[in-house]
Amino acid sequence: MSGPISNKDRMQIPLQDMPEQEPDARVNNFCEVPLGYLEEAALTEARRCLDGCKAPCIKGCPVGIDIPAFIKKIEERDFIGAARSLKKYNLLPAICGRVCPQQEQCELVCVISKKGLAVGIGRLERFAADYERMSGLIEVPDVALPTGKRIAVVGSGPAGLTGASELARCGHKVTIFEALHRPGGVLVYGIPRFRLPIDVIDNEIEILKKMGVEIICNAVIGKTLTIDDLFAEGFDAVLIGTGAGLPYFMDIPGENLCGIYSANEFLTRVNLMRADLFPESLTPVFLGKKVAIIGAGDTAMDASRTSARLHPEKVTVYYRRSREEAPCLPREREHAEQEGVEFKFLTNPVRFIGDDNYFVKAMECVKMELGEPDASGRRSPRPIPGSNFIEEVDTVIMALGFGVNPIIKETTPGLETNKKGIIIVDPATGKTSREGVYAAGDIITGGATVIKAMGQAKIAARSIHEYLLSKAFTVTA
Amino acid sequence: MSYPIVEKKELAPNTVMMQVHAPLLTKKIRPGQFIIVRVTPNGERIPLSISGWDRDKGTVRIIVQAVGRTSTELIHLNMGDSIEDVVGPLGQPSHTDHYGTCVLIGGGYGTGAIIPIAGDLKALGNKVIAIIGARTKELVLMEDELRTICHRVEVSTNDGSSGVKGLVTDALAEILKQEPVHMVTAIGPVPMMKAVSEMTRPLHIRTYVSLNAIMVDGTGMCGSCRVGVGGTTKFACIDGPDFDGHQVNFEELVYRQRMYIPYEKKAMELCACKEKNQ
Repeated sequence: MSGPISNKDRMQIPLQDMPEQEPDARVNNFCEVPLGYLEEAALTEARRCLDGCKAPCIKGCPVGIDIPAFIKKIEERDFIGAARSLKKYNLLPAICGRVCPQQEQCELVCVISKKGLAVGIGRLERFAADYERMSGLIEVPDVALPTGKRIAVVGSGPAGLTGASELARCGHKVTIFEALHRPGGVLVYGIPRFRLPIDVIDNEIEILKKMGVEIICNAVIGKTLTIDDLFAEGFDAVLIGTGAGLPYFMDIPGENLCGIYSANEFLTRVNLMRADLFPESLTPVFLGKKVAIIGAGDTAMDASRTSARLHPEKVTVYYRRSREEAPCLPREREHAEQEGVEFKFLTNPVRFIGDDNYFVKAMECVKMELGEPDASGRRSPRPIPGSNFIEEVDTVIMALGFGVNPIIKETTPGLETNKKGIIIVDPATGKTSREGVYAAGDIITGGATVIKAMGQAKIAARSIHEYLLSKAFTVTA
Repeated sequence: MSYPIVEKKELAPNTVMMQVHAPLLTKKIRPGQFIIVRVTPNGERIPLSISGWDRDKGTVRIIVQAVGRTSTELIHLNMGDSIEDVVGPLGQPSHTDHYGTCVLIGGGYGTGAIIPIAGDLKALGNKVIAIIGARTKELVLMEDELRTICHRVEVSTNDGSSGVKGLVTDALAEILKQEPVHMVTAIGPVPMMKAVSEMTRPLHIRTYVSLNAIMVDGTGMCGSCRVGVGGTTKFACIDGPDFDGHQVNFEELVYRQRMYIPYEKKAMELCACKEKNQ
């Protein structure tokens, strides 16, 4: 390799494409769509990161990864070093490299994005993490000497896994309670494996176990045991990371017809229960010929792309606002379009029509127009009178967002929540209204991203550690 | 995780009682709650009523009738075998209170679910009457145990081979003629729960039914179990399984329960246990 590269030369290097499975091929499988950088592409892409840059990307990252440092390691061909550098800040880089909205975070503020395309930070993160995993040189993080303190983590999604790992590193004995039969939370029931392969998640869970974290599945906290029971059983603190799993429906006529799913149910049947393999896997999923997805967020894209892989005649996304307001990541919408998913914007269902067997056969829609900006800053949609029309559909998947599950709120006296059931915490500490109880992830936001949940879990874990230390040194009268 | 079967008894053809070792799960069970099981690693998750538990032994008791692939695989497990996953207790407990005279009606495998409720109601000072409904004498379940708990037990069989000839509603009609009834709970097939609710509606008797909707997670995350109650949509898993029988949209429930019938048939055709059932 030649000597130092000038920033001027670095600016000349084009963004390195990441190879992907071709749309025609990938709709026939559930394998990952983007295939990751090969070494040469990663090395070239790493050279696009400027020397002596003020690195606004670090501030753009919810967990403050030292992005130039890990990219420099890649440029130096120290791929394992790059992965370890990442893991100082983010324990799940293989996951975040795949599902983070980098275009809205680190890559949005990348200095070179002002003159061209940002450095492929997410792609490089994924490359380093995958390299480490596939090399078999994965390092189990050092764990401090046992403190004798026990911490219960409720939920094994992004917040739970991150919190558990941070606390285990501090020497605490951590037990994760997971309601489903398999750990991973939304990473396994929600995000399809063509976006996040299951072995990536299993690998992270194995590392946690090697750090001494115990995972108890089939335990619904609030039902199997309450938060109070956990303290009675000897836990010193609790971290709640139960996510926002309660699906919203529209409350319009015909919504309970057969063939109408929440996105959560549809995705859980396919992702977690493997309905795509029925009858080898015993959980069925009903998918007709004309599938309607209602909503245009990331979950809607996941549902539409999962549907496309089950080969209906047509998959259409219906969204009440216009393309510009669609909350999904642009790359996910592009992937969906490549896979044959159609979009009907400014269209909203008003009722569903059933056949003699109570299966949905059509939906009545209304055309929408955009009015004044609403509280979210987006122009609010309103129906155009008299524009109603009928669409023939035989499967509908409602992807309208999520509320939080009431089970913990209902069974934990003194735990303050807002009227939506979101647990109220001090954002600086993750502390709830109950002593020793902390919360992170979608349960405190009502729905955000994997990386934000992880950032909050880190904050909560640090606070729990400080709380336990302060308690250890407080003499009670 | 795996959950060993520590006791198994055949109660009737294709119907068994099982005690399953699941100590964590037994700590907080209340009458009327249910569990979800996944029998094999490729299995589906199905809800089952709880018919009893022993906190000291850490066991939960279920009564299972083979109706589909999963329940068929389950009843063919033996003592010492394990169930892949068992989670619970799920759902809200039954509305037990001091009512006066309570009639608990169990149809088929639903009979098991009324036992814990009967015990609780009796402890609360109610007069507890049970009605067990079955097609024929050999399908009458849990009669002896209910007789040890309840003040009175009536049996109805379609063919008259045991107790009253007819349906549970015939036995209920008799009781309603004889004494005032303050609460009725019916657990079993939907047509039976619907018929009971129709009978008590004009009499304004508080009536609960326990709904066996199709579920996946059982914790409110999927909405598979949504059911119309009093004109609004409820989730049977977290709002129920017990609901006011006079408010439930039973027609919708029946349709939704049938949603996967072609799939269930397909899965059953491939079931290795099938021959053993003949």
